[in-house]
Amino acid sequence: MLSWYLVAPIAVPMTTAVLCILLATRRDLQRIVSAAGAGAHLVAALLLMAQVWQGGILAGQMGQWPAPFGITLVADHLSAVMVLITGIMGLGVGLYSLRDVDENRERSGFHPLYHVLLTGVTGSFITGDLFNLYVWFEVMLIASFALLALGSEKVQLDGAIKYAAINLVSTVMFLIAVAVLYGMTGTLNMADLAVRVPQVEQRGMMTTVAVMFMIAFGIKSAVFPLFFWLPASYHTPAVAVSAIFAGLLTKVGVYALVRTFTLIFTDDVGYTHDALLVVAGLTMLTGVLGAAAQNEIRRILSFHIISQIGYMIMGLALYTPLGLIGAVFYLVHHIIVKTNLFLVAGVAKRLTGSMDLKKIGGLYKSSPLLAVLFLIPALSLAGIPPLSGFWAKFVLIRASLEIESWVIAAVAILVGLLTMFSMTKIWVEAFWKPHPDGDDRSLSIGDLTVSERVLLIGPIVVFAALTVAIGLWTQPFLDLATRASAELLNPAGYIDAVLGARP
Amino acid sequence: METLVAFTVGVMAAGSVYLLLSHNLVRVLFGLILLSNAANFVIFAAGGMTEGLPPLIGLGEKALTGVYSNPLPQALILTAIVISFGLLAFALVLVYRGYQELGTVDSDRMRLAEPPHPDQDIPEPEEPGRLHVRDASRRVENLGSPQS
Repeated sequence: MLSWYLVAPIAVPMTTAVLCILLATRRDLQRIVSAAGAGAHLVAALLLMAQVWQGGILAGQMGQWPAPFGITLVADHLSAVMVLITGIMGLGVGLYSLRDVDENRERSGFHPLYHVLLTGVTGSFITGDLFNLYVWFEVMLIASFALLALGSEKVQLDGAIKYAAINLVSTVMFLIAVAVLYGMTGTLNMADLAVRVPQVEQRGMMTTVAVMFMIAFGIKSAVFPLFFWLPASYHTPAVAVSAIFAGLLTKVGVYALVRTFTLIFTDDVGYTHDALLVVAGLTMLTGVLGAAAQNEIRRILSFHIISQIGYMIMGLALYTPLGLIGAVFYLVHHIIVKTNLFLVAGVAKRLTGSMDLKKIGGLYKSSPLLAVLFLIPALSLAGIPPLSGFWAKFVLIRASLEIESWVIAAVAILVGLLTMFSMTKIWVEAFWKPHPDGDDRSLSIGDLTVSERVLLIGPIVVFAALTVAIGLWTQPFLDLATRASAELLNPAGYIDAVLGARP
Repeated sequence: METLVAFTVGVMAAGSVYLLLSHNLVRVLFGLILLSNAANFVIFAAGGMTEGLPPLIGLGEKALTGVYSNPLPQALILTAIVISFGLLAFALVLVYRGYQELGTVDSDRMRLAEPPHPDQDIPEPEEPGRLHVRDASRRVENLGSPQS
């Protein structure tokens, strides 16, 4: 019975996708089903979160095959909170897309693809089986290929080709790593792997496999030096598509890294996690420096995704309770803030006609509300108190100071400052500076139709409110992150939940 | 047997890396196909290889007995083949659409999403459907320098 809580967050978007395909010819009905499906997904995610919050780690064996032989679905606090945040983003961006994605793209199958993407993301968070994780990655990947190319504009095809090529290499790397790991341990169940990996005698080979996973997931999560596909593609598709990509896709890679490097590959921490720490620092720096050179809002934000990924990897690499609390907190905060910034960029384009900072301006004068809505996530991203980003950075830097990693702490602070520089640039160019074509070229939010105001501005307001709420009532979110971190650092609970209590 | 497969995988991987490093996206695609097949062989070899011992339960028995080959890697390979077939079919169409729209399969010339200079426009081919690869790239080159 309990396993329904685990299956529902995967089954709901899958069903919605099928319904959307069946309703392909009836556009209005399809839109309603799509929005309702996103809502139901959020409800399912909330139920799962409530169940895990009360009852601890939840595990279900699909088809009643006992672990480690069948496919296991597991939700600990990290999985549950990631599914919940996917549900929130899925609904918000889903509503936004109703006014953002044009009819041509809807006819080409935007809604089914969107829900397949959500299925893949949710599945990746819940599965407890490494090969199953590969399958969910592929589900997510094929949907993201199609969403990226949807509309077939020249720029999109250019971006999609690069995105596809590099991500395909990553999946093959992942598959080879899974194969070698299977050859060495004879199992693919993650909990079972956690038990068996320490017993393997060839330690050097095991570290090699760990590094293969690191590279495969590193490409997915866009860490230095494997991030080049991201700024090449994320600014090309429809705004709703790039917003959901920015929020969720790279974070699935980060989640996979956190999962495997706290549960399975924890023996050679001196090598793997130190390597991750170096990668984290370089990711933060290159991302933020790349952003400084850009002049298009979405390209600036894309580079900032990379630099923010660095912070999450840093939390994992520190591998202390506080570090992991910071990583989990950062994941949640970042998904909300980054998605929101992309949504704001979409509205800014609608009001001024472009996303190129040189061609726009005057938004502060014409629509002060949008200025405030931009400022909240932007300042949060840079880590200004009392917004959510401040606490996330504070916890991480505190964690690095505790174990005397001075360099990474310094890099984290420096990157925060440079983030502020980029956000100031967007602020000055898009909001303060007058529009180069004259003042009346910038519309105000009042010029949008009522439905546009509700569906475009509504999600932005809610996400901004969430950012402020996490900043002001930090304790419950910190409690959640603390629980998740405790589970990650002590995998015995996870293993027991999956394999049953062992002698 | 494992040694033979290991060397085969090595040769396939080397070939695919050579192809993947090409500018020509069609070669890159072939590289990806080769690489994903190499991965399938890795699964096959990693699962342990036994010759001529199919995992079949004999008549009148309830379970497998004695030495038999591991059926799980084959199930994994089958899944991986299906998935990579789908992905590569999509990638092929994507490259073809890219060729139709952009007039080239040379990845170095695809600079629309990331223009080398902020104000530079990439010239468009007139009849992309009828161009050969080499013609297309040459045409882009010619249009790029107005003096010639």
